[in-house]
Amino acid sequence: MDRGILLRTSLFITCYNDTLFPGTGKAVVRVLERLGHTVEFPRGQTCCGQMHYNTGYQAEAAPLLERFVTQFQDAEAVVIPSSSCVAMMRDHYPKMAARMGKPDLVTGVERLLPRVFEFSEFLTKRLGLEDVGAYYPRRVTYHASCHGLRNLSLGDGPMRLLKAVRGIELVELAGLAECCGFGGTFAVKNADVSGAMLAEKTAAVLDTKAEVCTACDNSCLMHIQGALHRQKTGVKTLHLAEILAGEEGAGS
Amino acid sequence: MSGTALDPKTAPAFPIAARAAMKDSQLQRNVHHATQVIQTKRARVVAEMADWQELREAGEHIRRHTMEHLDFYLQEFEVNCARAGGIVHWATDAEEARQIVVGLVKASGSDEVIKIKSMTTEEIALNQALESEDIHPFETDLAELIIQLGRDQPSHIVVPALHKNRKQIKEIFQREMHLADLGDRPEDLADAARSFLREKFLHVRTGVSGANFLIAETGGVCVVESEGNGRMCLTLPETLITIAGIDKILPRFEDLEVMLQLLPRSATGERMNPYNSVWTGVHAGDGPQTFHVVLLDNGRTGILADWESRQTLHCIRCAACQNACPVYRQTGGHAYGSVYAGPIGAILTPQLQEMHYAQSLPYASSLCGACYEVCPVKINIPEVLIHLRQKVVEQNAAQVSNSFDIEALGMKAMAVTFRNERRFRAAQRMGRAAAKLLPRKDGWITWLPGMLGGWTQMRDLEEMPQETFRDWWQKREKDDR
Repeated sequence: MDRGILLRTSLFITCYNDTLFPGTGKAVVRVLERLGHTVEFPRGQTCCGQMHYNTGYQAEAAPLLERFVTQFQDAEAVVIPSSSCVAMMRDHYPKMAARMGKPDLVTGVERLLPRVFEFSEFLTKRLGLEDVGAYYPRRVTYHASCHGLRNLSLGDGPMRLLKAVRGIELVELAGLAECCGFGGTFAVKNADVSGAMLAEKTAAVLDTKAEVCTACDNSCLMHIQGALHRQKTGVKTLHLAEILAGEEGAGS
Repeated sequence: MSGTALDPKTAPAFPIAARAAMKDSQLQRNVHHATQVIQTKRARVVAEMADWQELREAGEHIRRHTMEHLDFYLQEFEVNCARAGGIVHWATDAEEARQIVVGLVKASGSDEVIKIKSMTTEEIALNQALESEDIHPFETDLAELIIQLGRDQPSHIVVPALHKNRKQIKEIFQREMHLADLGDRPEDLADAARSFLREKFLHVRTGVSGANFLIAETGGVCVVESEGNGRMCLTLPETLITIAGIDKILPRFEDLEVMLQLLPRSATGERMNPYNSVWTGVHAGDGPQTFHVVLLDNGRTGILADWESRQTLHCIRCAACQNACPVYRQTGGHAYGSVYAGPIGAILTPQLQEMHYAQSLPYASSLCGACYEVCPVKINIPEVLIHLRQKVVEQNAAQVSNSFDIEALGMKAMAVTFRNERRFRAAQRMGRAAAKLLPRKDGWITWLPGMLGGWTQMRDLEEMPQETFRDWWQKREKDDR
């Protein structure tokens, strides 16, 4: 295992991971510390504003952008275990800041964004790693979330990380580029269509006979897991970080 | 007689129409199959172009430049078209366009017209207007003929009868063409249509077309097609009337070099369309001797004025976004309540209605980005969808009757919560307490109230963990000290 350079990382956990998936945050900390990096957690952090922005409440999202910049402006590297939140920042923060008419904020966003990384991207692109010393003896399939796939161009980065995990049995998911149907408030506003898209995704997951479906975004996984549980399939979903945190003898 | 035109003003909201459409399993199978076939063909012919991304960029550049100078190029087109013998008309809205066309057809002395497939004529419900004046329109595109004979409506921009399979088409043809005996092989159906249409081509004296492109530099009009019916309509009639949105302008003839590579590959997965027609004005002894162009605004200037959604007008109507869209593939086109369905319809339709109708369409997307990825002129449809959602929210907020809008109140309350870490922590605690009141089973929530019920329609929700990440972190920091 090559550790690469050592950094002072700042974790932006995101509002929903903080509240609903604390295990993902702990796993990110575990992986980063195992690799020798320090992890900081700016206390004042809350939410990136994605849900508000994407639903049309852009005025409500604006102060959250400001808050994020204030909290993280001095970070050496911001690590975020949510591909859609990172996409929100990269795709929309620059023009949001420009629209707010605050030149300092525009500069702040410009300076900060190159230091913002989605978790798997931080490992593969910033650190140039594939093997992070993980052990996870299960049959696993990987769901490429749309924002990770298209907006962040994660490519095969997450798959390369998974392939390097000892003990893992990795199975490819058919229709990798297909949306799972979550889409934030879409899942509620267009519940029928979202459900039909979800049914295709869970069928593909079940076809792999995997025990675990992983991804770089817990929001897709919460949606997929919700149906897998409703259908009593016994298949679990788990954020990529939690697989990469797996260690021999630690139980998984 | 044509069926009732799709009308965004009276269409049900998308989630309701979608639910109804998804009950039709035959329709779902047809749409799944057809979009899959076209997507596979498209992927193959796009992959063989080493410079596809550069072509897309060139296409985007041409379209952006055109929209930035649309006033100039429209006038240039008018001058050059008139110089070549064409007559240019301007229509502010659908009603004016219908009146102009009906008047022109009457003046041509014909009570029948042959038509080339044109979504713009569908947009203005031209067939219904002609019929109400006792003028009989004959659709000559195979798919449009199926739609017309079936008193149906188009569900796809390029393949309007995509929601019908061969058996269903055979039944329509048999019934409407009075054919005792008809197979359902593609050649049987094409033969039937050919015999049915041949006589119309030969005797109807007035043709109506849309346009793929209007070329400002020459005053020429370009139509691409696969069947050859278009070529017949453009050459045989005495009078030709073309109806085109003002967004169809291309500055120069050589811009076709880019567009005629992008369009067929994106639309039908062909390297080139079998028929590419470009005509300029009239020519003595050759083709129609009277040629009119009706330039239609119908809401387009309003879109042009909004710089954040102006890119909507860059669309060249290839429908690649429809084929790629996971929402469209579930519902088919009719659920969008407009001739423009799928992702492009979700942004175009409400804007053509000046945001007075079809406000549910910008939400008919999971923002997965598949549309943007395939768009030959790189329209960032997700970005425009979000922009239009903001307009809908602002519109709702401005209505007094909506002062008790649960969604808006919830969103505002959450936004206030996120502005302060202590408030956020308090909300996390409150959420945990409130969740305890919900019906649960073995650590899973199976029912949620109100609009959140959409979630538990198909999914369970795991109970909130007892400890948030930040609580854990705080404890860990304390232990370290």
